[in-house]
Order: sequence, then structure tokens, then C-alpha cells
Amino acid sequence: MANPLKCDLCAKPATVHLTQIVNSKIHKVDLCEACAQAKGVTDPSGFSLADLLLKASLNPEPAGVDTQCESCGFTQQDFKKTGRFGCPACYNHFGALLEPMLDSMHKGSTHTGKVPQRALARKSLYERLTQLETELDQAIKAERYEDAARFRDEISQVRSTSDRKAGAKHED
Amino acid sequence: MKINELIESHSELTDTAASKSAVVLMTRIRLARNLAAQPFPGWAKDAQKREIRDQCMQAVAALPQMKRGLAIPVETLDELQKQILVERHLISRELCHAKSGSGIVISKDQSCVVMVNEEDHLRIQVLRAGFQFKKVWATINQLDTDLEEHIDYAFSPKLGYLSACPTNLGTGIRASAMMHLPALVISSQMEKVVRAVNQLGMAVRGLFGEGSDASGSIFQISNQTTLGESEEGIIKHLHGVLTTIVDQELNAREKLLETDPNKLFDKIGRAFGILQNGYLLNSGEAMNLLSLIRLGIDLGIFPDAQRAVVDRLFIECQPGHVQHAAKGAFEPSQRDVLRGERLRAEFAKVVAPDFSHAAK
Repeated sequence: MANPLKCDLCAKPATVHLTQIVNSKIHKVDLCEACAQAKGVTDPSGFSLADLLLKASLNPEPAGVDTQCESCGFTQQDFKKTGRFGCPACYNHFGALLEPMLDSMHKGSTHTGKVPQRALARKSLYERLTQLETELDQAIKAERYEDAARFRDEISQVRSTSDRKAGAKHED
Repeated sequence: MKINELIESHSELTDTAASKSAVVLMTRIRLARNLAAQPFPGWAKDAQKREIRDQCMQAVAALPQMKRGLAIPVETLDELQKQILVERHLISRELCHAKSGSGIVISKDQSCVVMVNEEDHLRIQVLRAGFQFKKVWATINQLDTDLEEHIDYAFSPKLGYLSACPTNLGTGIRASAMMHLPALVISSQMEKVVRAVNQLGMAVRGLFGEGSDASGSIFQISNQTTLGESEEGIIKHLHGVLTTIVDQELNAREKLLETDPNKLFDKIGRAFGILQNGYLLNSGEAMNLLSLIRLGIDLGIFPDAQRAVVDRLFIECQPGHVQHAAKGAFEPSQRDVLRGERLRAEFAKVVAPDFSHAAK
């Protein structure tokens, strides 16, 4: 062959060529014999192409400065080494790095499954309360007492509904 | 509940008399979940990890589903206890190697397990004997919803449940079935099946032994992608593939019976002879022989009631269980003796094979 394919993992000539179709998208991996063996590709009992694709798509090294997650200090280099993230916020920080990988790894790049309704409801309730408390503070400072009374009533109303919900849950 | 009580007590997989399914031995679903605003276990400091573990274990152990179950930090278990839990498919090997700050919560009937601080903060898992995706999904969905009441999950509306590894992103679901496929193995069709299943985006692994060794013709088939499709969609898709494999296996059995029944009966008869009389059996050989007996049961050569016994022996012939039964640590060569002894005792009770029903 004039221009033999190179192994995705080590750059030796590739002799094992693998194709996987996920949701009518074609993923191809080219490997040399040693890497194919090491990754279990030749093993009839199977292996995970997803892991392989993940590692392969992290090469070659993109040039540029190492970015770091503000929340946990995890770096892009750390991700390349481990294939794992440091904390939930990393998904925001490394969004650009992640986006192209998701397409080859999954059926789509948007979640369409279960949503934690209760946790989200709790979060929005909490956010609503914080907002009302800020508004109450501001109203008192500005001596808008009618508004303040309204906010206070609203706060106690929100609190009592959430307590009732929690109470009802504990009884059963 | 204490760990020793749990090991001694009846479990979903070792004592399910209702295991009537000829091909699918077990259905399992796991969900990966993480706490909001906390570093993932692989990146958290030891003190943070312990804090996260305490919070998670407390919330999980308080669930009604976990009542009178076991909740225990991993570091308090010895190697043999951990190995037994791995052999029962309750925990992963990765969790065994966790140095500190990890935990396990197991329900009394050993069908629900939550691993704390494995790769993710929470790995919720439900397993049932037989082909039961509907039931297992209903159970784990409820468990997850109940837990959400007490824990703020890391969740993004676009990316779904956030996991340490992006391959689990979205639903965080891994649905799998453990399948007994002796006829596909005997007729050398397994490689073809593995390739086809891989091309459909699913993973196939041999279940027992290290790595992908498929002793006992038992394979685990699971979904690989978790984002972009709903849980129900993923399960339905997998269910369809599994149903096809079940049909393929049953066809392969028919074919073996049609083309060369004597060869098949010879294998099954010899397996029975070795199990009744063998003295040294390593776990791989034991698994392969038991696999043939299970095939024999499916074909009516042995009584139906034996199936539950064989399914239990699949697990009790593993190294950890053999050592536990003999109450000590034993070298592999000594274990082979113990295993032989155990299997001779079990198979002395089994009636001789009757090939007349299977033969056409």
C-alpha cells in the first residue's frame, strides 16, 4: 500500500479496521495488531468501542494553554490522562472540548430522558425564597412597608406549602 | 444486618426458584448519579470523600427499600467478603480496589445495591433473576426518585445527569442481561453475534472470570450509549436485540438436535459424569460443565427443578464462595479439590440423564 493507515493509538501501521454503527452514524477505528490485542478487539467475547473512541478522540494533543475548571481545579491535561472529569462544573468549563466527542460517543448530544423533578422543584422553591427575601429587605430599607408586608406574606405562604409537602411525605 | 448475615442469607440470584428463563439468567439496570457541586470521587480529597460517603449512605440507608439491609464502608470488609459480593454481581471490582471513603448499601433480599464513591458518587443498581426489564426499571426508577427527595443531583437540562465519565452522561443508565448461550458457542456462531451486537452499539462481555473470559457460555450484553435517548427507549432497544439473540440461541439448539444429537448428548452425558465423579475442578471447567447441564435441563434431559440448583452453583463455584464455604483461605489447587467435593455431593443427588425426550 502506498499510504497505509496509521494506528489511532500509537501511529504504527494499522492492520485492524473496525466499524461500528450507532444510530446510523458510522464510527471507524484503525489499530495496529498490538493495540488491537491490548484493547481486546480481537477477543470474540467483546470489548467496548466507546472507551476506545473516547481515548482516540482525545488525540492528537490540541495546542494551546491548559484550561482549568474554576470550581475544582481540574485541568484539560487531567481529562486527557484519565478520560474523567473532576466535578459537575467541569462540563461547563470544558464544554468546547466535550461537544465534538459527544456526537461520536452517544446517539445525540441532548438529554431526552428522566428529569429529577423533585430536586428541581426544591431548587426553584429555594431560589424563589431567596429572591423574595432580597425583595423584602430592599422594601424595608426603602420604607415601602406595604410591599414589605406583601413579600412577607408570600414568603410564609411558600414556606408553608413546602412544609406541607414535606410533612405529607413523612406520613406515608 | 451484618455482612456475614448477608452472605449466609438467601439472595435474589442464588435462591430464586422462579428462574424459569431458559436463556436470560439475570436482568440488571444501574444508574450513575452524582451530588451537585461536589468533586467526583476520583478527584475529591479523602476528607471530602468521607463526607460525601456519610451523606449518601445515610440518605440511601433511610430509604424504605433498604430497610433491614446492609450499609457498610468498603474498608471494613476483608478481601474474601468483597470477592463474594463481586461474585454475586452486587459490587464491582473497581469498588473493591477503592482505598478509602467508599461504601455499599445492599437491600435485605440483595436485589438493590447502591455503591457509594465508586467512579460516581452513587451507582444505583437493581437486579432480578430472569428476563424482567419492566419490573427492574420500575423498581430502580422509584428508588432513584425517592433518593432525589433527599439528595441534590448534579443535573443539567441539556446534558442530563452529570457523571465522572462522559460515556455515562445523560440518563446514566446501563441496562444489561446475563445470557446463557451454549448452543451459539458450540456451533461457533458467537463471534458473529458479538460483531452484530457491537455494530448495533451494544457491548458484549464474558461474565465470569477476569476480563472477557466467557467460561460457562455466559455473556453480559448491555447498552453503551446513554445520551440522546430516553431510558425507556434504551431499554426497549436493548430488549429487542436480546429477544433476537434468544431466538438465535433457541434456533441453534434446534439445529444441534437435528444435525448431530449424539454429539450434543455425549457432551451433556460426559459433563454429568465428571460432575458426579471428578476430584479436581477449576472454576472455568466447573462453569463449562454446569453450562452443559443447564442446557440439558432446558432440553428436558434433567428435571426442571435442577435449574435453580445449577444457577446457584454457577455462583457458588467461584473462588470466593468456595473458600467461604470451607471457612478459610485456600490456594487455587486446594480450591479445585474443594470444588470437586462440593459438586460430587450436589450431583450425587441428581437423577441420571434421560435423553428420550430430547431425541427426535
